Amino acid sequence: MKTALGRVRGLGSAKSGTDTFWLQRLTGVFNAVFVVITLGIVIALAGRPHAEVIAALRHPLVALPIGILIVSGVIHMRIGMKEIIEDYVHGGPKVLAVVANTFFAVLVGASTLFALLKISFGV
Amino acid sequence: MADAGAKASRPLSPHLQVYRWPVTMLMSILHRFTGGALYFGTLLLAAWLIAAASGPRAFEIVNAIYGSWFGLLVLFGYSWVLIHHLLGGLRHFVWDVGAGFSKPARDNLARLNLLGSIVLTVLLWAAVLLFR
Ligand code: HEM
Repeated sequence: MKTALGRVRGLGSAKSGTDTFWLQRLTGVFNAVFVVITLGIVIALAGRPHAEVIAALRHPLVALPIGILIVSGVIHMRIGMKEIIEDYVHGGPKVLAVVANTFFAVLVGASTLFALLKISFGV
Repeated sequence: MADAGAKASRPLSPHLQVYRWPVTMLMSILHRFTGGALYFGTLLLAAWLIAAASGPRAFEIVNAIYGSWFGLLVLFGYSWVLIHHLLGGLRHFVWDVGAGFSKPARDNLARLNLLGSIVLTVLLWAAVLLFR
């Protein structure tokens, strides 16, 4: 025996929806904060010699905000692009595009984080 | 009987080609456009960090590209897109807490979004070029 509510719970179009809406806001707030910090860091380091940039990026207070921006950014951009795809692409191509979107976000996130950690922990 | 003048002044069904663009519509489109551009623009930060992690040679190449007139043009555009989307996001947060829905508030937020992004981008680059 199930109640009427129990039968429909979790059966929305994608079994979720408000979750991604909320996560898009949450990552948006994180982005707003850490974009400003990272922009400052990048401007301060732009055009500087390699050794100087590496020395700066090694500092935890420099690496951490960039790392947080990367994680928050790729989650945010994946949700945003998925929504754009779902608005304009339909059928088979949509499935491909949605998979490619996740692939791109994971690739960008993983490779950039790896680069940051490689610098942090030294070569 | 309706004459030609009355017929011409009938309301048209809203559609992209015949719609007088309200500023809020332009900002809605721009938020999506800038979000999509930032999606690929992330590669700029990725390339910079990956080059730095790879070594001095790779880093010099990326630095040379970013420092060229073409690179600076791309970075200028990227910075405007980023700032515009950031302000657009803050505009969404205002709505999310239930404020800013009246017609004048909507229009003012939209104008502030566009004007603010242009002013902040120009100020940012002026500061960078003057003090760096
Ligand atoms: C800088 C701080 C940022 C804030 C405050 C912010 C905020 C937001 C918000 C609130 C939305 C949802 C808009 C809606 O529901 O219609 C959104 C959408 C989006 N954002 Fe961001 N965002 C930021 C940075 C970024 C970055 C860095 C990227 C990409 C790397 C990005 C990519 C996107 C995309 C692709 C969308 C979907 C656009 C659409 O559906 O029309 N955002 N952003």
